[in-house]
Amino acid sequence: MDNSNVEMNQLLNYTLHLADTNLILAQRNGECCAYGPILEQDIAITNITLDLLGQARNFYQYAALITGNTATEDSLAYLRTEREYKNLLITEIPNIDWAQIVLRQFFYSVYQYEVFKHLQTGADTQLAAIAEKSIKETTYHVKWSSEWVIRLGDGTTESFEKINKALQNIWQYTGEFFIPADYEKNFIDYSTIKEKWISKIKIVLEEATLKVPENIFMQTGGKTGIHTEHMGFILSDMQYLQRTYPGAEW
Amino acid sequence: MVSTEKQEEQKIWKLLEQVSDPEVPVLSVNDLGIIRKVEIINGEVIITITPTYSGCPAMDTINMDIRLKLIEHGYKNITFHSILSPAWTTDWMSEEGKRKLLEYGIAPPQYQSDKKGMKEENIECPQCHSHNTKLLSQFGSTACKALYQCYDCKEPFDYFKCH
Ligand SMILES: [Zn+2]
Repeated sequence: MDNSNVEMNQLLNYTLHLADTNLILAQRNGECCAYGPILEQDIAITNITLDLLGQARNFYQYAALITGNTATEDSLAYLRTEREYKNLLITEIPNIDWAQIVLRQFFYSVYQYEVFKHLQTGADTQLAAIAEKSIKETTYHVKWSSEWVIRLGDGTTESFEKINKALQNIWQYTGEFFIPADYEKNFIDYSTIKEKWISKIKIVLEEATLKVPENIFMQTGGKTGIHTEHMGFILSDMQYLQRTYPGAEW
Repeated sequence: MVSTEKQEEQKIWKLLEQVSDPEVPVLSVNDLGIIRKVEIINGEVIITITPTYSGCPAMDTINMDIRLKLIEHGYKNITFHSILSPAWTTDWMSEEGKRKLLEYGIAPPQYQSDKKGMKEENIECPQCHSHNTKLLSQFGSTACKALYQCYDCKEPFDYFKCH
C-alpha cells in the first residue's frame, strides 16, 4: 500500500471504531426497551439509544463511502464477523441491573463528549460535522447519566451497594478508552482527553460517595477486534435477521 | 432563465409549507427550520435538508412526503442532500412555528440555544400559562421533547427543548 492508501485505511478503521462502539451500546441499551424501571426512564434510555444509533448510522454511511464498491451502512453494521468489529469492550457488558446500565452510559457519554469535542476541530471535515451534530445529543446523555449515578450512589444503602458493585465491575473496561490503536493516531490525542475525563467523572463519583477503584487490571482489545465472551451472543442476536433473510427491510 | 428558476424555487418553498413533521403535525418542515436550501439546476430540484436529531426516525418519512408533494405538482427530477454542519438548532424554528406549537399544547423552546448552561426551568404551561412548573423527565415522547408538569393546573405537558 502506498501512503494515501494507508491513510484511507486508517480513516476507515477509525470511523468504524466510532460506529461500532455506538452500535453495540445501542444494541445493549435497546434490550431495556419495555423493561425500564419506570415509564419515564424506559423512554429516556431508549431515546439515548436512538441518538446512539443515529450517530452510528452517520459514521457507517461515511465508512461505506470510503469503502466504496457495494458497501452500505447495513452491510457494515450487520454483515461483518466478530473480529472485524472495533467497538470498546465496555459496550458489551450485560445489563445486569439499572446501576450497571447508568454507570456504563455515564462513563461512555463523558468520554464520547470529550472525543466529539476534539473531532469537531479535526482535519477530517465529515468526522467534524458528525461530531458537531452529535455532541449536542451527548450533552443530554451526560447530564441524565450523571444524575442517576449521584442518585444511586448517594441514595439508600441498597442503591449504593448496587452502584458500587457496578463500579467494581465496569472500571476495568475504561482503561482502553485512552490507549490509541494504530489506526487512531492521526485523528486523536488522548492525553488531554484522559485528563478531562478523569476530572469530570471524579466530581460526579465524589458527589455519589463513590471511590475510584485503584490498582485494577485493565481489559483491552476491543479496538483491535478482540472481544469479551459476550460479543458473539450480541452479534448472533443482532445479525440473525439479516443473515437469515438477506436484504430484508421494513 | 435565471429568473424563472428563482420563481420556481419560491414556489417550492411555498409548497413545503404544506409538508408537515409527522411527529408534530402542526409544524411544517419550514417551521422546523430543517430545509437549508432549495435549488433548481438544469431542471433538477435539489433540496438540502438537515436532521433535527441524528436518530430522528421522521427524516425518511419527511423526505418521502416532500417528494410526493413535489411530484403532485409536476416536479419529476428531485434529489435530496443531507447536511450535518452547521448542526440544526431550535433557533431556526420560525416564530409562526412557536406560536402553532403553543396552540397545539406543546411549550415552544424558550431560550436561544447559545445560552449554554441555561437551566430549562419555569417553562410556561401551554394550558394555563403558569410558570410554576417542574421537569419530570428530560426525555419525552420524541427525541426533541422533554416532559414537564404544571403545579397550578396539574397537567403534564411536552416541552420542545432548546437544542
Ligand atoms: Zn398549567
